[in-house]
Amino acid sequence: MSEPLSSVTITRIVTEEYGRCVATLTRVLGDIDLAEDAVQDALTVALTRWPADGVPPNPGGWIVTTARRRALDRLRRDAVGRDKEARAFREEQPQDEPDEAEEGGPVHDDRLRMIFTCCHPALALPARVALTLRLLGGLETPEIARAFLVPEATMAQRIVRAKNKIRAARIPYRVPHDADLPDRVPGVLAVVYLVFTEGHATATRDDLAAEAIRLGRLLAELMPDEPEVLGLLALMLLTEARRPARTAADGSRVLLADQDRARWDAELVAEGLALVRRCLRRDAPGPYQLQAAINAVHASAPDTAATDWAQIVALHDQLLALAPSPTVALNRAVALAETEGPAAALIIVEELAERLDRYHLLHAVRADLLGRLGRDDEARDALDAALARTDDPDDRALLTARRRRG
Amino acid sequence: MAHYLLSVVTPTEGEPPSEDEMNVIMGNVAKLQSDMQEAGVWVFSGGLEAPDTATVLRRSGDDVLVTDGPFVELKEYVGGLTIIDAPDLDAALHWGRRSTEAIGLAIEVRPFHWAP
Repeated sequence: MSEPLSSVTITRIVTEEYGRCVATLTRVLGDIDLAEDAVQDALTVALTRWPADGVPPNPGGWIVTTARRRALDRLRRDAVGRDKEARAFREEQPQDEPDEAEEGGPVHDDRLRMIFTCCHPALALPARVALTLRLLGGLETPEIARAFLVPEATMAQRIVRAKNKIRAARIPYRVPHDADLPDRVPGVLAVVYLVFTEGHATATRDDLAAEAIRLGRLLAELMPDEPEVLGLLALMLLTEARRPARTAADGSRVLLADQDRARWDAELVAEGLALVRRCLRRDAPGPYQLQAAINAVHASAPDTAATDWAQIVALHDQLLALAPSPTVALNRAVALAETEGPAAALIIVEELAERLDRYHLLHAVRADLLGRLGRDDEARDALDAALARTDDPDDRALLTARRRRG
Repeated sequence: MAHYLLSVVTPTEGEPPSEDEMNVIMGNVAKLQSDMQEAGVWVFSGGLEAPDTATVLRRSGDDVLVTDGPFVELKEYVGGLTIIDAPDLDAALHWGRRSTEAIGLAIEVRPFHWAP
C-alpha cells in the first residue's frame, strides 16, 4: 500500500495532483478560494499522516476526500457558508462524478472547466496566465512573480483581483458548448504558448517551458479532437527539442543554422513529428499547426543545406493567408532566400522595413542578405541598426560576433 | 441568477448620430428589449439625458450641498443603461454583445454586488 516516502515523493504528488484536486473541489464547493484552502488543509494533514501510514494508493482521491471534509468543517463554523454547505452535501453522492445533466454534453474533466474559467476572455491576458499557472500548474505566487519578473505583491494582487472577478461577475465554471469552442480555444492556447515563449526566451526560465508543455499535454489529453491543441503541443515539443543545441559550451546562443542537430532531443522530435502527422490527417490547418509543420521540416533535415526550403516557403504562405503578420512575412523571406536567392528575399525585407523598423531581427536578416550579395558596407550598417534595437545580451553577443567577422 | 448593469459608454466629443441613424438605433433597441423580455432576463432599460443636465448632492456636516452639473467631467459618460437578470457572465456578455451591435457604442457589463 505504501511506497518509500521522501519529501521528493510528496512534492511530486502535490505537483501532479494539485490542479486536479483544486478543480474538483471548485466544482463541489462552488468557490476557488475555498477549494484552494481545503486542498492546503488536506496537504498539511497528508504531511503528518503519510510518513507514518504510507502514501495511500490513490493520493488524489485521498486529498479530495480529506479536503472536502475539512471544507465542510470550516463551513459549519461559518454561518455565511450555509448555502455552500448544502451544495457540498448534495454533491457528496455520487463520488466526484461530474454532473452530466447540468452540462448537457459529454462528461468533462474538472481541469478542463478550470482552464476555460482561468482563460475566460473577460480576464486580461496577464491575469489568465497567472491564474492558469497558479490553479492548474500548482505554482506558488512567488514562483510566478519571479518567472515574469514582477514584484511578488503585484502578482499576488493580480491573482486576488482575478479570482474576485470570477466570483463577483459569475464567470461560469464549465466547458463551453461545442459551438462556442472555436471562439474560446484560441484564448486558452494563447495563454499556454505565452508561458512557453517566456520560458524559451531565457535559458534560466526553462521551468516555465516545461510547465507549458505539461499544460499542453493536459490540453491534448482533454481535447484530443481539437487539431490546434495538438498543433500547439507539437510546436512546443519541436522547439523544446532544440534546447540542448541552442547553447554553446561558453553559454552563448547558437542559431538554428549553426546548431549541432545530433544534440536535438530525439524523443521530443519523434513525439512532435507524430503529432504533426496526426494534424495533417485532420486537414484543418491553423496557425499553431502550420508553425509546428515548419518546425517539423527543420527537424526532418540533417542540416540547413538539406532542408526542404520550398516546403517551408509554402507553409509560410499558408500561415500568412490565415494569420497575416509582418514577422511571419520576414520569416518567409528568410526561407525564400534559400529557394530564390538573397536578392529576391531582400526585396521583400525592404518592403517590411518600415513596419518592422524597431525589430532588431529585421535588420539582422537584412545584414545577412546584403552580406551574401557582397554589399559589405551596407551589411555592417544594418548590423549596427540591429545592435541599436536590442538589449538582450544573447542577441547582442551574436550580432557583435558577426560584426567582427564581417 | 444575478443582476448585471449594461451601460452605454458614450463619448463626450464627436458627432451625434443623425435623425435617420437615431431611428435605426431606436428600432434596434426596441427589438433587443423585446428579445430580452422574451428570454426572461430584462429588468429595466432607459436612455439618459446629457451629463450637463445633472445635479449633484453632497453631504457637508449636517447640511446638504447642491451643485449644478455632473460629478466629474469625463471623456465618456453613461448615455443609457439596461439592467438584466442573467444566470452568469457568459449570458450577460451575450446580451452585452447584442447591445453594442444594436447601438454601435461600447457597452460596459458590470455585476451588481447586491440587488433586491
